[in-house]
Amino acid sequence: MTISAISTFIVVGGFVTWVLTSPGWPNVRNEFFSSSQFGASFGAVLSGFWLDVKMFLVVEVAVLIFGLLVALIRTVNTPILFPLRLLAVVYVDVMRGIPTILLIYIVGFAVPGLGLKGVPTNPVVLSGIALTMCYSAYVSEVFRAGLESIHPSQAGAALALGLTPVQALRFVVIPQAVRRVIPPLLNDFIALQKDVALVSIVGPQEAFRVAQIFAASQFNYTPLLAAAALYLCVTIPLTRIVDRLQARGRRERGGGGGVLALGPR
Amino acid sequence: MSAVLELRGVTKAYGPNEVLRGIDLAVGEHEAIALIGASGSGKSTLLRCIDLLEDIDDGDILLDGEPITAPGQDPVPARRRLGLVFQAFNLFPHRNVIDNVTMGAIRAQGMPPAEAAAAGEALLQRFGLGGRGSDYPDRLSGGQQQRVAIARALLTRPRALLLDEVTSALDPELVGEVLEVIRELKADGMTMLIATHEMGFARDVADQVCFLESGRIVERGAPEQIFSAPEREETRRFLARLLAGDRAG
Repeated sequence: MTISAISTFIVVGGFVTWVLTSPGWPNVRNEFFSSSQFGASFGAVLSGFWLDVKMFLVVEVAVLIFGLLVALIRTVNTPILFPLRLLAVVYVDVMRGIPTILLIYIVGFAVPGLGLKGVPTNPVVLSGIALTMCYSAYVSEVFRAGLESIHPSQAGAALALGLTPVQALRFVVIPQAVRRVIPPLLNDFIALQKDVALVSIVGPQEAFRVAQIFAASQFNYTPLLAAAALYLCVTIPLTRIVDRLQARGRRERGGGGGVLALGPR
Repeated sequence: MSAVLELRGVTKAYGPNEVLRGIDLAVGEHEAIALIGASGSGKSTLLRCIDLLEDIDDGDILLDGEPITAPGQDPVPARRRLGLVFQAFNLFPHRNVIDNVTMGAIRAQGMPPAEAAAAGEALLQRFGLGGRGSDYPDRLSGGQQQRVAIARALLTRPRALLLDEVTSALDPELVGEVLEVIRELKADGMTMLIATHEMGFARDVADQVCFLESGRIVERGAPEQIFSAPEREETRRFLARLLAGDRAG
């Protein structure tokens, strides 16, 4: 207890002193930590952030559905699904291989360029689709790991009871698989909540974009810090929830404290 | 009397490994048949094939006189008329005991949930598990879990119950409580096919004993005859090995 307090004090205190006594600190303080700039921009940045929140909420639901669908196509072993399975493999490989920012750029600019009727041209919708495509690939791999971790005897028991294969998936396999992968799933959502900022490159005025415009017009970077604070407001609670779920998972598996015990505590 | 279950020349191979080499067997109404034999003799595979969890390569399986193994035939209706209990229980760990017991009745048989819950609770009561409905399977001993698994299979009112070494995964002191349940089912007239290593139990409960070796039924007959005066050399050797093992243990 005392050892950890002293070590915290020395490390944090040393770092703060090091930064505050740096030659450039007065300038940085004015450009990044101006309270007047913070107050002037915060309202606009917050309303921009509302678009981020709406986007990640909708995209998360779409990703859950689409990711599970892709995972099922890749896991369920039916000959009829073979062409779809091949398509799913290619999809996951390609989507995970392209930088998210590039995908948003391509979808956001190329799709409206096609001039097709009935295809959305709104950049918010298009970049939401791009994010869904990208994150569904990652999330499908998380779901797939979960589905493959359920022993085949569980599906066997469900079939033996007379459940149809679809019922066996729905009532026995999927609920157990999803429960196991909730922590890694939420981890991907934390990443997604930050990556929503990437949609700004095709136009939507979300928090990062609004802050950037402010910063450019005032020659002051404080609005960016306001945006960063808002992102933290949604990502940190989710991070805590993930930690707690993982700790509970370890307890349920009987794994004790779950930290490598390398010395006395 | 026509048989509830009938097998004609059933074969099954995993690649080059022939697990079943032409099984002929008939299980009559209210009859209990014990399948004995060493591990790997094909007992479990036979039961899994009958419940259509594995495809057979050749031969026919008939349930109430109707084939259930025709090519392209939907296995679900036949599975709904059979019950299978596994060596490792295979309860659903994410659902509590009563949900485990009623899932088949509700989802596969279309029984109204309230009716299924009442019938399930009555079965649990009868098997000495009254009031445990809201517990999760991991709170139960192996013997209790296996009794839940038997209740789960029974609630779907199967024409025949297939029991796959249901006591092999249990601690010795828990074997008795599960065998007791099966004895009761026999007394009620349940039609059963029982793969087992419990020879005393087989002698008590079975109307007929079949000895399997290398995927064939080598010898079959009344329990007294198989256990006291086996005709085949293979059967004698198997029983002698078991006896020696019992003495050593």
